[in-house]
Amino acid sequence: MERDAEIQNVMTTGQSLYHRWRKLKNHGMTTVSGLCLLVAVVPLLLIFGYTLYQGASALNLDFFIQMPKPVGETGGGMANAMVGTAILIGLGALFALPVGILAGIYLAEYGSNPLGVAVRFMADVLSGIPSIVVGVVAYIIVVLPMKHFSALAGGVALAILMIPTITRTTEEMIRLVPQSFREAGLALGISQWKTTVRIILPTALKGITTGILLALARAAGETAPLLFTALGNRFWSTAIDQPIGSLSVFIYDYAKAPFEDWNQQAWAAGFVLISLIFLLSLIFRFVTRSRYGEF
Amino acid sequence: MAEVVLAQESEAIAKSGGPRPPAAASVPGTASSRRWNVGDFVFKHLTMLFAVGVLSLVFLMGWEMYRGSSDSIAKFGWNFLSASTWDPVRDEFGAFPFLYGTLVSSLLALVIALPLGLGVAVFLAELAPSWLERPLSFLVELLAAIPSIVYGLWGIFVLVPWLRLEVQPWLGSHFGYLPLFQGPPYGFGMLAAGFILSVMILPIIASISRDVMLAIPNLQREAALALGATRWETTRVVLSSARSGILGATLLGLGRAVGETMAVTMVIGNRADISASLFSPAYSMASVIANEFAEATTSMYTSALIEIALVLFVVTIFLNALARFIVWSVTRRYKTS
Repeated sequence: MERDAEIQNVMTTGQSLYHRWRKLKNHGMTTVSGLCLLVAVVPLLLIFGYTLYQGASALNLDFFIQMPKPVGETGGGMANAMVGTAILIGLGALFALPVGILAGIYLAEYGSNPLGVAVRFMADVLSGIPSIVVGVVAYIIVVLPMKHFSALAGGVALAILMIPTITRTTEEMIRLVPQSFREAGLALGISQWKTTVRIILPTALKGITTGILLALARAAGETAPLLFTALGNRFWSTAIDQPIGSLSVFIYDYAKAPFEDWNQQAWAAGFVLISLIFLLSLIFRFVTRSRYGEF
Repeated sequence: MAEVVLAQESEAIAKSGGPRPPAAASVPGTASSRRWNVGDFVFKHLTMLFAVGVLSLVFLMGWEMYRGSSDSIAKFGWNFLSASTWDPVRDEFGAFPFLYGTLVSSLLALVIALPLGLGVAVFLAELAPSWLERPLSFLVELLAAIPSIVYGLWGIFVLVPWLRLEVQPWLGSHFGYLPLFQGPPYGFGMLAAGFILSVMILPIIASISRDVMLAIPNLQREAALALGATRWETTRVVLSSARSGILGATLLGLGRAVGETMAVTMVIGNRADISASLFSPAYSMASVIANEFAEATTSMYTSALIEIALVLFVVTIFLNALARFIVWSVTRRYKTS
């Protein structure tokens, strides 16, 4: 009798000890995973904050309107690189937009077959291919036949990088359009393609546009595929068959250079790129949220 | 575009659960019961043409690189991957030091980023209060959009000096008996590359693991809680269901690390040596292409560099395809059940 009670007693204290251990572990692991978040976010915030700080202090009007100065002279800006980046992005968009948008429409409207699955899969795989490899391909198909580096080659490289993003964004945005819109169009006797072009696309236009702008902004940050396609150029050039400067390649060159002044300008260029991308990310987020609710 | 698409990508992967039937398909008999329409036919096939274009782009890229590297493939064969002479003057090329550098820096990145990324994912998906989860997830995704050149810039001016002055001397004096931490602290080297890669792939691993965990039905959590499990024990149940999805996220992160170019090129030190020490400079496949491609003088030199790109292409396609297949099958399984 007494022994039973004793055993009972031991068991309950044992259990409550175990229970307390489990609770402790629960709190412990919550803290650990919270710390993980802290450790993960801190370096990222440091990079972001440091670029903002360094970039903002190095940024001035000259940066936007002046040309790069020759080695040894301080000052100057990256006006040509900004125009260069714009031209490269423009060329890339010229090739990538028709392909990406039409492929996206196909995926959203007709893509329930094995072909759709395959295209979707390949688009995702394509977006995982390193940008440097895309640069090599652009070199083979554009620079080798033309026999010299050119803005055109850079544009082709950026286009290949943009295509998967544009395709998938277009598809996702079209899918967000309620099914009833399609049914309404078809019920009125409008042919399917006109329903797509005149009703579905305009409805999804805002999302598609901001998604595309985001893709373009991110392409503006690409460096690796431009190194041996657009190459870089310290002088003013808008010819698409000639080498052209770009912000990202300038950052690379200026970061490696042993001049304080150039390093500062690299930070300023980084600041411009980051601001562009963040602004568009925020707008994209806002547009897709407010328009369709849960994205 | 690299780290780029990821925010949307991961969302698309998790929320669409891979290939789902498109909206149009649920309109009964849109095509068959209506009269044949020229516009419909043309439009459908036009869009299909471009969709096939996207599909074939991958094959075209592979083919072009294969053709471009045929000289080097013919001359060196499989030895290309195992030889370690890289001598442009005598046209002798072997890519082993670069393979080694890519492998070690990527694995190092994974060793740092995987536990942290998992912790972040667990916190965001399971433990964080709901008002905290959304803005934090957004932050993590936003930070994934910083261009790699900016990471490199930060690497050169902040990370490398910090490693050289603080971390490496400390590691050297406390763990110097390990071959990993021997040699002079340059700052530039394998450690810097692994470190910066881990910072870059962490958001990928964290956000995709989180999405996979969120795709696990709540029934499992409720069942565990009903049996008296604590929050953490419940999380372990969820984690074991999400195991293969987390593997997929890891492979995607690895794929990014393997192909990452600018940030690595700027901090890895760019010397084709194989050394056990993480302090010593190294070289990666992507960096050697970035540094030497524009200056390659002979056609064999270019051909060898293209072959490195081809290897990189094949490896990343394999990693990505495998990862996406895994993530798709996991999220789809829970979508339909």
